[in-house]
Amino acid sequence: MADRHLEPDTQELRARWGGFAFTPEWEAKARAEIAKYPDGRQRSAVMALLDIAQRQVGEETATQGWLPIPVMEYVARYLDMPVIRVVEVASFYTMYNLVPVGRFHVQVCRTTPCWLRGSDDILKACKAKGMKKGEVSADGLWTLTEVECMGNCASAPMFQINDDNYEDLTAESAARILDELAAGGTPKTGTQLSGRHTVETLGGPTNLTAMVDANHDYRGEW
Amino acid sequence: MPTVTVDGVEIEVPQGATVLQACELAGKEIPRFCYHERLSIAGNCRMCLVEVSPGPPKPQASCALPAADKQVIRTDSEMVKKAREGVMEFLLINHPLDCPICDQGGECDLQDQAMAYGRGATRYHEAKRAVTEKTMGPLIKTVMTRCIHCTRCVRFSEEIAGVDEIGALYRGENMQITTYLERAAKHEMSANVIDLCPVGALTSRPYAFEARPWELKKTLGIDVSDACGANIRIDARGREVLRVLPRVNDDVNEEWLSDKARYQVDGLTRRRLDRPFIRRDGRLVPASWEEAFAAIAAIAPGASVAAVAGDLVDCETMFAAKALVHALGSRLLEGRQTGLAYDCANLAAVNFNSGFAGIETADAILIVGSHIRREAPLLNVRIRKAVKRGAKVFVIGPEWETTYPAQFLGADVGLLGDLPLPVGDALRAAKRPALILGGAALGKGALAPALALCAQFNLVRSLEDGTAWNGFNVLHMAASRMGGLMLGYAQPGGIGDIVAAKPRLLLALGADEVDFTKFAGSTVVYLGHHGDKGAHAADIVLPGAAYTEKTGTFVNTEGRVQFAERAVYPPGDAREDWTVLRAIADALKVGVGFDSYDDLRAAMIAAVPALGREGLADYGALPSGGGAGPHNGERVIAGYPIDDFYLTNPIARASPTMQRCSAELLHGQDFAEAAE
Repeated sequence: MADRHLEPDTQELRARWGGFAFTPEWEAKARAEIAKYPDGRQRSAVMALLDIAQRQVGEETATQGWLPIPVMEYVARYLDMPVIRVVEVASFYTMYNLVPVGRFHVQVCRTTPCWLRGSDDILKACKAKGMKKGEVSADGLWTLTEVECMGNCASAPMFQINDDNYEDLTAESAARILDELAAGGTPKTGTQLSGRHTVETLGGPTNLTAMVDANHDYRGEW
Repeated sequence: MPTVTVDGVEIEVPQGATVLQACELAGKEIPRFCYHERLSIAGNCRMCLVEVSPGPPKPQASCALPAADKQVIRTDSEMVKKAREGVMEFLLINHPLDCPICDQGGECDLQDQAMAYGRGATRYHEAKRAVTEKTMGPLIKTVMTRCIHCTRCVRFSEEIAGVDEIGALYRGENMQITTYLERAAKHEMSANVIDLCPVGALTSRPYAFEARPWELKKTLGIDVSDACGANIRIDARGREVLRVLPRVNDDVNEEWLSDKARYQVDGLTRRRLDRPFIRRDGRLVPASWEEAFAAIAAIAPGASVAAVAGDLVDCETMFAAKALVHALGSRLLEGRQTGLAYDCANLAAVNFNSGFAGIETADAILIVGSHIRREAPLLNVRIRKAVKRGAKVFVIGPEWETTYPAQFLGADVGLLGDLPLPVGDALRAAKRPALILGGAALGKGALAPALALCAQFNLVRSLEDGTAWNGFNVLHMAASRMGGLMLGYAQPGGIGDIVAAKPRLLLALGADEVDFTKFAGSTVVYLGHHGDKGAHAADIVLPGAAYTEKTGTFVNTEGRVQFAERAVYPPGDAREDWTVLRAIADALKVGVGFDSYDDLRAAMIAAVPALGREGLADYGALPSGGGAGPHNGERVIAGYPIDDFYLTNPIARASPTMQRCSAELLHGQDFAEAAE
């Protein structure tokens, strides 16, 4: 987070992205987002439109996508709002990438629950694939970011790659997922433990056990 | 109206007041950084915490909490003291201890409040945050490490100026205040963020490291850079004016000031006329006062004399010159240097009748031939306020970049006789319709058709609440204009009449915008303070005093009479203008009837009593009728009188800061930053 910054506004950047415009498919999505708000309140859709723009950039560059300055200016024009307000939003939320990223943006959770459950190993597994924190790998495939809590503490440790979460990781399963992704596969998302459905307690419920089969009135027992 | 108890004292507060305002009404000082009366409430500095019951058992931010009936507020409890100490400690965590080298030192909210409400020592021994400097243009110097993220500057540029250019990027500890891509702030009011900044993050670049506030002599003055008559405080050290700051006057400038008014003062020490000059063999050569007066006496003009007043002169100077011209037997006086010749028989017809505070309440405004942003930035702020309250704005004239939604109707003043239907409907439906006529429109003879509109749309009316509303406004651009018109500085044919009279002696009172080539047969005596266009065209140059160097009366475009005091003395041999005019009277052997400044003022007030009373002058009712506009072909406004906002008067043209603003902000020239 601390090293978040805007990609410098260079002539090359302008040359590459100055002509950015929504393609018809993405434009339809943008229109749908704007239509959610009353007339004249179109700028409420700025977060959605930034996301749409980032995804279109991702499509064009075969990466997760990011937001070059000319693209943010395009969004500002599209919504008829000052550019600085768009940049404020884009720079506030970490899900908008302000600098180019790789095909897969690997965000490893490093907050306490994940760390206690072995996120150090996950990070090592990622680094073993040639990733370096905050950088795009030489093959353009990976960008590694350390992030704070992603809300998957019950299935820690985890990482998020582009739009998907991979939970209950071990060094081996993490390496397997990365290999599969690199090979063009679609690994199973969510928990990687066999036999676990989502984040239910492993080994059966430990409290409210009487509720498992039928509704049970605990009130008399309190 | 809710009744609240503040520290045991029960007071009644207005409906909708905040707890902070209630505390202030009770006479309690509430420390604050982000709260500002004229900006929206942000509530992010947390310095204004007080204890409120009923409510959660924790300190409350008083700026964002509405005062409710039967509230008990404590500002002196242990909880409040601890809360303020805690907030202050957090604010100071990342604030550098560089007060000795900070320009805000001595007038810094953070410094004062840390002394008053802080705990006096830090417990923080970790590394402090450092933030890179941001470029905000030639006027604003940034030291962003000092920023405490109150967002006053962001709110000012968005809400008051109407130009969204400052924003807060990133988040949390990494939040940074910056302009978009670090481009210079490009509006006419940008430097007000310096006053708003409660710490030393945004300071004045031209004033950097010049002086400490306690060294400065503060004098109350009136700004002359436009016709708004903004109230200013002139800060001088020794003989030099170092800076100008706005004073609070809700009727005129609220507490804002245009960049030109604020920063033209460094022109006061440059290109000054500090001794008399006489033209010999086509060249101006230095002379003594005796030689100069002898040269004037040698002209022996008889009654063939005329006076032209410049844009910056005070009423006293104009009255002294008028007395001199009258004593010589002439009646040729003119102040409209560029050739305007509108009818001044009734001054109500050339006055800004709504008042600046009044125009805020207008609900439909038709602007005719005025680039308000350049001609009166302070008025532009008021119109923006009106628009935020729902006013519709229509403009006749070439398009310019407004800071509010406005509809441009075209550049033909003939439209006044044939307004498009929606405009007419809007003016008819409005409760407080207003019309603003600018210099460009006056130049196209739009005064008569505008007065005709006055009757058509009933611009002068009494409102439901019994107050009078006069929506007919003329916006002047010269600080001396209304005063000059009150003193009779107007010929029926404008300056053309003076040209036609071919006076032997033309007295130019700081007149720099006159086309002097038309006065080839006249001896031009220039009395002024800067070696600008007027002095270059003159035959005899007499050094006078600039607006900071004389006590004087100014009348703004609303007809508001205001007094300014002298801050410093004129440089070198320069003298206050009235003394020079008095001496010319002696040289020409006529009597003008005053020997001291007090005599002069008494004579002026006897002649024009309104100039003796501070406040709005009463010009009576608007003339009825009006008339048709000019013929086809002459009525399309090609451009506005002010091309370069930063260089409209001789002081500004001499100011390196204004020159740089003009080059950098208007003409896009790049300036390499000196390595620091």
